[in-house]
Order: sequence, then C-alpha cells, then structure tokens
Amino acid sequence: MDLFSAAHITKQYAAHRALDDVSIAVPEGSIFGLLGPNGAGKTTLIRIINQIIAPDSGELMFAGKRLQPQDVEQIGYLPEERGLYKKMKVGEQALYLAQLKGLSRREAEKRLNHWFSKFGIMGWWNRKVEELSKGMQQKVQFIVTVIHQPRLLIFDEPFSGFDPINVNLLKEEILNLKATGSTIIFSTHNMASVEELCDHIALINNARKILDGNVKSIKERFSTNTFEVRFNTFDRDLHAILPETYEILQTGMDDTLRVARIRLPEESKPNDLLSLLMPHATIHSLNEIIPSMNDIFIHVVTKKEASE
Amino acid sequence: MKKILLIIRREYLTRVKKRSFIVMTILGPLLMAAIVIVPIYLATTTNETKQVAVIDETGLFFEKFKNSDNIQFHYLNTDIHSAKEAFGKSKDYALLYIPAADVALPTNAILYAGTQVNINVKSYIRNVMSKRIEDLKLEAQLADLTKGNSSPIQLDDLLRSIKTSVDISTIKIGVDGQEEKSYTEVSMVLAIFGAILIYFFIFMFGSQVMRGVIEEKTSRIVEVIVSSVKPFQLMMGKIIGVAMVGLTQFALWVVLTFIIITGVTTAFIGNTLPQGNATQLIGQSTGGFDPGKVINMPSDQQPAGETNEVFAALNSIDFPVMIGSFLFFFLFGYLMYAALFAAIGGAVDSEADTQQFILPLTAPLILAIIVAQFIVQDPGGPMAFWLSIIPFTSPVVMMIRIPFGVPILEVILSMTLLLLGFLATTWMASKIYRTGILMYGKKVSYKELWKWLRH
Repeated sequence: MDLFSAAHITKQYAAHRALDDVSIAVPEGSIFGLLGPNGAGKTTLIRIINQIIAPDSGELMFAGKRLQPQDVEQIGYLPEERGLYKKMKVGEQALYLAQLKGLSRREAEKRLNHWFSKFGIMGWWNRKVEELSKGMQQKVQFIVTVIHQPRLLIFDEPFSGFDPINVNLLKEEILNLKATGSTIIFSTHNMASVEELCDHIALINNARKILDGNVKSIKERFSTNTFEVRFNTFDRDLHAILPETYEILQTGMDDTLRVARIRLPEESKPNDLLSLLMPHATIHSLNEIIPSMNDIFIHVVTKKEASE
Repeated sequence: MKKILLIIRREYLTRVKKRSFIVMTILGPLLMAAIVIVPIYLATTTNETKQVAVIDETGLFFEKFKNSDNIQFHYLNTDIHSAKEAFGKSKDYALLYIPAADVALPTNAILYAGTQVNINVKSYIRNVMSKRIEDLKLEAQLADLTKGNSSPIQLDDLLRSIKTSVDISTIKIGVDGQEEKSYTEVSMVLAIFGAILIYFFIFMFGSQVMRGVIEEKTSRIVEVIVSSVKPFQLMMGKIIGVAMVGLTQFALWVVLTFIIITGVTTAFIGNTLPQGNATQLIGQSTGGFDPGKVINMPSDQQPAGETNEVFAALNSIDFPVMIGSFLFFFLFGYLMYAALFAAIGGAVDSEADTQQFILPLTAPLILAIIVAQFIVQDPGGPMAFWLSIIPFTSPVVMMIRIPFGVPILEVILSMTLLLLGFLATTWMASKIYRTGILMYGKKVSYKELWKWLRH
C-alpha cells in the first residue's frame, strides 16, 4: 500500500514552471529516492508534501486519505537548507521544535533524553547552539526531525555536512527507522547512497518526472546486455572469433588474464557468447555489467536534454 | 492555536532574558525620573527672584499673593493697556491680569510674559486664586446657612459645590510688543513625550521583529518551522510575542519611574511634600479610559511649597486617558508597522539589504515627529486632524493631540482606521513574508515584491 502519493502535481511560478504534471507513489515501509539535477523541482515537490506551499493543481494522498493540515505531525522533514537558532540552548531548542510537532513537553523531554544519550550529546543540553560544531548541530537537527516518530520522513540531502563516520551513523539510523516501519523519502545527488538505501526512485528533470520505479527493475531495464569475460591462453583475435553483431567495447590485461567487455546483440544470451569463446580459450569468469544509478542518471538526463 | 502560543512564548522569553532588555528596563526609568526630578531640584535651588506685576480689576486678591524667596508680587493701579506697554521696559518677569468678571466670581486670568512662563509661578498663582475663590464661596454658603436661607446640605456636596477651576491663559509678549498665545507647558511636554515614546517603541520593537525574521532566515531554521506551522502563524506569533515584550517594558518603566520619583523626592525634598502626595500620582488614576475627555487643569490642590507645584501640575494630568490611549495607539500602531517590518525581514537576505525598504516604510513616522512642533502649536488644526486620522501617522500625531483634548468622534474614527490599517498591512505582509522566507540568495526589488503580493 502507498503511504503517500501525489498525482498530476503542477506548480507555476511567475515565469517558470517548477513542476509539470508530476506523479509519485511512495509504498509504505520503503525508502523512496527523489533524484534529479539541481533546479529540477525536487525541493518544490518536497515543500508541497510538507504543505509549506500549495500546488496549483493535482492531488495529494496520505495514508489513504487526502492530505490534511494536521498531517504535518505525521511527517518529519530535514530540509537541505537547515539550521537552528544560534543563541538558543540546545535542549531548550529541541524541546521547542518537538512541541511544535505536537508532542507534550513531558513526552518531548523523555524522548530527547533517550536520543541525546544515544548520540552521546547529553552534555550539550545547556550549551548554546553556536558553541557546537557543524556535525553536532546536524545530529541535533536529525533528532528533532525524527523525535515525534513520524510515519513519513523526508530527508533532503541528509549527508551534506557530515563526516564519513557520521554519514555511516546516519545511514544506520535511516535503516533502523525503516526497520521500525517508517517510510522515507530521500532526496539526493549522491547516487552511491541511492544504490545502498533506496527501494524505489523517481527521477525529475526540468520539472518533469522522466523515470520512476523499483531500483532493481530500473537497472534491469537499463542493462545493455554487456558482459565482462576473463580468459587466458589466447592466440587469436577476438574479432576473428565473434560475429560482427557482437560489439567489443574494451580489451585489456588483468595480471595474467585477458579481460574484455562485449555487448551482445539483443536476442543473444550469455551462453551464446560462452559457446563461441570456449573452443579457443579457458574462461575464468563471466559477469554481466549492470549500469550504476550514476550511469542511468547521466544517461537519462543528458539524453532528455539532447532531445529537447 | 496551541502552536502559536508556543511561538509567542519562545519569542517573549528569549527577549526578556536578554541583557539588552534588562539594561533598557533600568535605564529608561532613570532617564524619565531625571526628566521629572531635575526641574524640581532646580526649582528648589534657584536664587533668582521673579517679579510679577498684578492688575486685579476684581479687587478680591489684594495682598493675597504672598512674596517668597522666588516670587515677589507688586500691584499696579494702571489699566491693562498701559501696563502692557510698560511691561517691556520694566524688569518684571510676568504681568498677571485678573479681569473684572461679569458674574460674581472670576474664574480666569491672563498671564503676560516675555518668555515661557515658569510652571511654578503659574501653579502658585492658580492655587492662590482658586483657594481664595473657594474661601469666598464657602463664606457665602456659610452665610446662607446661618441665615437659614437654605436647607442643611451634606459636607460632600458643600465641598463639591465650592470647588473651583481657574483657567490661566498665558500670552507671550515679544520684544516688538507682538502677542502670541502660548500653550500649557504640561500638555505640551506630555504631547511631545508621548509622541516620541510611541515613535521610539514602534521603531524599536518593529525592527526587533524584522531582525527576528532575518535571523530565522539566515540561520535556515525557518524551513524546519514552517513544516510544523503555517508561515502566518510564525509571523503573528513573533509579532505578538514582541508586542508583549514592549508592553512588559512599558509597564516596568511606569512602575519603576514612579518608584524612583517617590523614593528620590521623599529622600531629598520629602519635608516640603505633604504626606501621600507622590502616591497620589498613581492613586488618582482611577476612572475609565476616556480619550475623548478634554483634559483641563483642575486646581484642587492645597497651596504648599513650590516644589509641590510641579506635582500639582503632574497631578492634573489624566493618567488613565494618557496611558490608555498610549497603549491603544502603541499596540495597533506597532502591529501595523510590525507586519510590514516582518515582510521586509522575509524579503531580504541580510540586514544590510533592508535599507531601501525601511526608509519608505518609516517615512510617515519620521514625518509625524518632524511636524510634531507645528501640531503642538495648533492641535485642532487641519494638519493635526488629517495626520491623526491617517493610520500611518495617527499613532504619533494622536498622542500629540490627546493631552490638549480631542473630540471623541475623531478619536473613534482614528482608532477604527488604524485597526483597518493593521488588518490591511498584515494581509499584505503575510503574502510577501510567506514567499520571501523560502527565497535565498536573491536580491529582491519592488517589482518582485509586487509580484509576490499578487500571487
């Protein structure tokens, strides 16, 4: 079931269309990657989900019902542009933000105690925010995003500003949240983390959605039937063995073995390649080259731009 | 609603805990107390003797004005015209003219002087005159009673019936003999003081709102907050929170000022003060808020030491009306401007960018302060009327007019328009604010603001 869905969202600013008929569906309990180049309209879409701005047209559904103003208490949002009141004390500020999300003061205090000790920042409770390092502030920010145990979490570029250790800590926490049943929308440029974390993605470019679906099936869709073979004792040229429909992309040496990347014709299977090579070489390995999300991202975005 | 209260609470508490708030709270009353105490102190130490010539056409006040170290009276037997002509050449400080009254007892007098008349001189004259007239009235009443002409009356009624208000108008005689009516000093001081206070409060707390908005924008916390509450709630929460800071400051100033004045006067000049006079300043302030009431100068003071006369003058001020109208015009004037200050804060990226917007916004306020001196000269004139009706200038200009008395209808009109002005600017400001707070790194022009407003 989808926890959140947006259908045919359009948002027009004076001279510029920020979103053009964009639809997404976020299955409950999944991590949903919202991808796209800078200025594509991701932040606009996220602001619409958070009801910070209203769409010109389109429909938003949350947990089976039309999105309501009070649903903001079920949503946690970590914006890309984020910060805290610098002159305010850490604990006081966290309490304030938690209460704004609808928690009672007592409940907020209890949960903050738990999180602060978990992150080892209990000693900072009475310090002013401006005395904290950037990484520390980001931790506080993360805590106040999740403190009200929202059903839907939205992270906009969550890893920017974190050192690698804290990035890992954050990834763990995000996976923990997913394990405890939260649904997460995750907007980023960092394709490696998309592969690591996301179940589904939607790719937005120039205000339009140009690709969406399950990460695994997208990768299959974009696989090019390319294989990498390692073999030895080779005395003949590959071009002589393989028919012209087999495209040799790359050849080289890997220590003692020869390596080649070959794109097969559409109807061919890896077995066909093997049967062609076997009479001439000892084959050590055969791997399918699956495109990375990074490749897909660049491929789709540049192709789209070329066609426009 | 619960969330807006949370916002108000935060805005209020973070500000009243600031050191600058505490410093202002202490410095303000010291300054105000000094304004009151210094003239009293000077009055008690001055050695200069002022000569006042008296022309008493009624003959009722002969020998009633007692000479003191500071004031000496001498009676003239000439008529007023020749006395005025002679006045310029004499060394007299002032010329008191009590014209013959058509009715039994006079209730007005004219004081001619070369400069602004000293408040002590005027108060003393008024006190002596009203005391004398009250004595005469009392004698007449008692004579009636003893003759059995009238039925016995209650003491309260008796006292009320003899209470007399003497109106002394002051006229300045220039070197060239030109006459110019000058206005009651207390009203004037009060008018300017009230106007400056409103101007200062609107400016100070309005820009606090603006800085608060800029702080939220530059620290980038605003997006976190507007994902929990509506931008309008955030804006109003801030405006109301800061308003409460302003009211707290004002209340503390009033209370502390009176405490300081009472303390200092009882410590230094306490002997000359009749008991309980200083507390009377506050105690007298009963009765409802009635801004339309014409404030006049009651003269029900017992004649006492000269220092007491400043208190007599202060005592004559209708504090409930002054404070009541101050609160209304401060609150709504502030609310109207604060919304626009918030909009500016939302539209810009840093305080450095605010100049181009602040100047046009505050121009009406500055104009009101500049024309204040003309309005004091003619508080009922067309300029005073119009500027006290237009919402952008009315908070300041109305504060100038109120000590002189303003027809109740004009006050209601002014208040209604100010309220409407507040609603209009808040509506406009919220549109600019909600767009602006989410825009970073963009230099905003008036054209851009207009677009946001229509969006």
